[in-house]
Amino acid sequence: MLKVENLTKTYRSGQDVLTVLRGVDLSVAGGESVALTGESGSGKSTLLHLIAGLDDADSGEVNIGEVRVSGLSDIGRAKLRRLQLGLVFQQFNLVPSLNVADNLALQARLADRHDAGWQAELVERLGLGETLKRYPEQLSGGQQQRVAIGRALAAKPELLLADEPTGNLDEATADEVLGLTRELVTRSGCGFLMVTHSMRLAGMLDRQVHLHAGRIA
Amino acid sequence: MKRALWILAVLLSHWRTHPMQFVTLLVGLVAATALWSGVQALNQQARASYDRAAAIFGGARTAVLIDPAHATFPQQIFVDLRRAGWPVSPMLEDRVQVGGRAFRLLGIEPVTLPPETATVATVGKNDLPAFIAPPGQTLVAPETLADLGVGEGAAPTTGDGVALPPLKLQPQLAPGVLVMDIGMAQRVLNKPGQISRLLVGRQSQGARKPLASIADDRLQLVAPDAESDLARLTDSFHLNLTAFGLLSFLVGLFIVNSAIGLAFEQRLPTLRTLRACGASSRMLNSVLVIELVSIALAAGLIGLIGGYLIAAALLPDVAASLRGLYGARIPGQLTLNPQWWFAGLAMSIIGALVAAVTNLIKVARMPVLAAAKPYAWRETQQRALRLQGLVALMMFAAAGAFLWFGDSLISGFVVLAALLLGAALGLPMILDVALGLGSVRARGPLANWFWADSRQQLPGLSLALMALLLALAVNVGVGTMVQSFSTTFLRWLDGRLAADVYLNATNDAQAAEIKTWLGRRSDIDAVLPSGRAEVQIGGAPVEIIGLADHATYRERWPLLQALPSVWDRLREGDAALVSEQLARRLKLDLGSRLQVTTPAGPWPLRVIGIYADYGNPKGQFAVNVDALIRHFPDLPQTRFGLRVASAHIAAVIDGLRKTFDLDSRQLADQATVKSESKRIFNRTFAVTTALNAFTLGVAGIALLTSLLTLSNSRLPQLAPLWAIGLTRRQLAVIELVKTMAVALLTALLALPLGLAVAWCLIAVVNVKAFGWRLPFQVFPMQLIALLGVAMLAALVATLLPVLKLAWMQPARLIRIFADER
Repeated sequence: MLKVENLTKTYRSGQDVLTVLRGVDLSVAGGESVALTGESGSGKSTLLHLIAGLDDADSGEVNIGEVRVSGLSDIGRAKLRRLQLGLVFQQFNLVPSLNVADNLALQARLADRHDAGWQAELVERLGLGETLKRYPEQLSGGQQQRVAIGRALAAKPELLLADEPTGNLDEATADEVLGLTRELVTRSGCGFLMVTHSMRLAGMLDRQVHLHAGRIA
Repeated sequence: MKRALWILAVLLSHWRTHPMQFVTLLVGLVAATALWSGVQALNQQARASYDRAAAIFGGARTAVLIDPAHATFPQQIFVDLRRAGWPVSPMLEDRVQVGGRAFRLLGIEPVTLPPETATVATVGKNDLPAFIAPPGQTLVAPETLADLGVGEGAAPTTGDGVALPPLKLQPQLAPGVLVMDIGMAQRVLNKPGQISRLLVGRQSQGARKPLASIADDRLQLVAPDAESDLARLTDSFHLNLTAFGLLSFLVGLFIVNSAIGLAFEQRLPTLRTLRACGASSRMLNSVLVIELVSIALAAGLIGLIGGYLIAAALLPDVAASLRGLYGARIPGQLTLNPQWWFAGLAMSIIGALVAAVTNLIKVARMPVLAAAKPYAWRETQQRALRLQGLVALMMFAAAGAFLWFGDSLISGFVVLAALLLGAALGLPMILDVALGLGSVRARGPLANWFWADSRQQLPGLSLALMALLLALAVNVGVGTMVQSFSTTFLRWLDGRLAADVYLNATNDAQAAEIKTWLGRRSDIDAVLPSGRAEVQIGGAPVEIIGLADHATYRERWPLLQALPSVWDRLREGDAALVSEQLARRLKLDLGSRLQVTTPAGPWPLRVIGIYADYGNPKGQFAVNVDALIRHFPDLPQTRFGLRVASAHIAAVIDGLRKTFDLDSRQLADQATVKSESKRIFNRTFAVTTALNAFTLGVAGIALLTSLLTLSNSRLPQLAPLWAIGLTRRQLAVIELVKTMAVALLTALLALPLGLAVAWCLIAVVNVKAFGWRLPFQVFPMQLIALLGVAMLAALVATLLPVLKLAWMQPARLIRIFADER
């Protein structure tokens, strides 16, 4: 599913050079959920962004299924995000001018994979039935994040990438949202890689990988 | 395709939640398109009329043979030239009075008409027998038929009692023209065997004999011109209108830029989400362009309808201006061709894309992960500011160069454009320096924040402030010019309309009776005979007016320059006072010589004075009336002015009207003529004033939209101040003071710039366009009033966002403070 090999990334700002990743190897199998933990600045989010094709690595390789991410053009990366990946961020990133139903269907429609049955199931499992006509600003943080997770899974991705998806939620809501996510990931059979600070939440997933000083500890 | 449609649906959903922003965008595009296309509609209408006029006169577009010394010449020359192989066709032209109105009567010979005078050719050849054979036909445009107030087939009589051939409608004809067979025209005009000119066709009939061998030196060949006389004459007027239209369009685009900027800024998170969901950068930009073009198309259509309405509303005034300034007649009904519609839509689309181009580039380069920094794209870059300042200096240098070396109307407009553009580009730098000086003197944290924040706010406001500067400067410039003209014009009217009553008798016999009648009255202070003749000088018609030797003219005539004892010299009969525009056109100065061909022979005249003759499209000079009559013995001596004590004017007019059955066209008092002249004057500048007001209004909207744009994105800057103890009201007052201060600074800069524009209009553009120069005057009250209007516009524009801030729910500020920092 996901295979990361010897990935390195360095940021330069004038004279300053900051090496964030120093040869990272990582893999996630289909149906597996993995927590990526580490201190602030350890390179967790950078690794996630490189996997998603949102940024370029200096060296090393990222393969998702049969696709080698580092060799893709902008259009190729867009296609990868559209068809093979689901992205969930801490800030929810919903479209404020679309209601919940349209936000949920957004990526599936862009991927031409809209499946009314699957979306109805997502709505039911995520408990969003009462909110379909509402707009993001009318939802609580937990509800917004559930919409974001539903949107990411609606297109049936091979890999769900989440960057601190519960960072804006209280503990109980975070547990509930993560529980739902795991359940849906298992149901859809996709891989799941989540960046988190919380060891407690990390413990809820199949496997934990700790990043320290740019290397997998 | 489906994916693009979904992206488009997501983008369009933004407008549903931000309807005001959508309205602003539409208003900007509609205003820009409407003002631009309205002006273009007027120009197009006028140009089409000139073409009709040019085609019917057969003048400028066809070579002609004229007699430079006489208005007409014998028809026999036409016969001789045809026999000598010249492809000529005769034409007789004069003015006739029908139903109390003057019309241009044109007699043509349809069989020999050159084919290139297309309109005339079709006119005569459509129904040749009916046109030539008695009773013949008088071809008229629909507008002329309406002016005559009769139906097709009627045969109205001229002022001399001669019946015209029956009227026939001919839509291609220019208004105000009566066309008939030349033989009938000679009868109506009582000019048997006479013709005014010969049209020379391009198709040669073999070898021609030299012109001089047939007509001696009597005829002069005038080469054809690609452009009609009217088109050339009125170029300045249309250039003026176009400049106004372009300015309004640019100011409208400022609004569009501001609205699009806000929309892009607010949609950045959505755009990033779309990218994260798999929309490629290329696809996203393509859809953004499609969205923009669709909106521009819709707004363009509304703008075109608005432009049509503006043009229709202004057309009567434009027609009056063109008639008053150039003697050009424009039909009162607006007709537009498809190119106008396409050009209007194209302007709307191109304008929208130009206004959005920087935002589109930013979206194309936008990384998916960049943190949402709504202010990032507006951050001031000192380098860009310096570059802008450098371009401004280059513009000023260009303005100076064109002012110094240029010698045409176009160069006058280039000076104006460079001056305005330079000032607009330099404005942000000037304001930045001014605000920087303020921050140096600031004491206390709030004052420091005030100045620093004002400088930070400047880039976001600079486009709107530029629009305000341009609109105000043009308003000051045009206002000063119009006011200068108005003041000068009123003074000039007092001089030109020196007599108290003006009288034009029906014929010489009646004039003699009237003089006898006047001589018996004790309430008449003086009878001032006058006369008017027309001659050709340099191929153009020039009026000669005769002035009596009387204190009335000595005291009041609006002389600009004169030799000593000018009136004594004029009385001698060999001297002339020349109008300013004729002096400029013929490059005459005091002491210059002028040779006039008259029925009594050549008349050499010395220029002894130059006088103001504002608004007269024709060149004119004044001579002693007795000398005029000596050289034009056939001149009707029916015109005179009367000096009457004001208390007796009504009685004298009443007596004249009852005794001699004179109508209002033949008899008028000074007050009536003056008020009519003022009415025409005001109409002449009605278009300018209307466009001026439109531009200022659009600039006000630009300021409002910019402030609304900023008010949303500035909340994160203001929320911390609220959180640390300033009330919403205090914040609102600070915002108000800050914006008003910047607007005031801009308005103050606009005043000297506007005066420079006025000077340029008066000293450069007007002189080239009309041939006369006004004295430059400054009207402080007008400047203060305009400053007040500008500040009021700024206050209204500022108030809405400020009130929004003052009434904002604390919960929203808390959220902004907590989340959006």
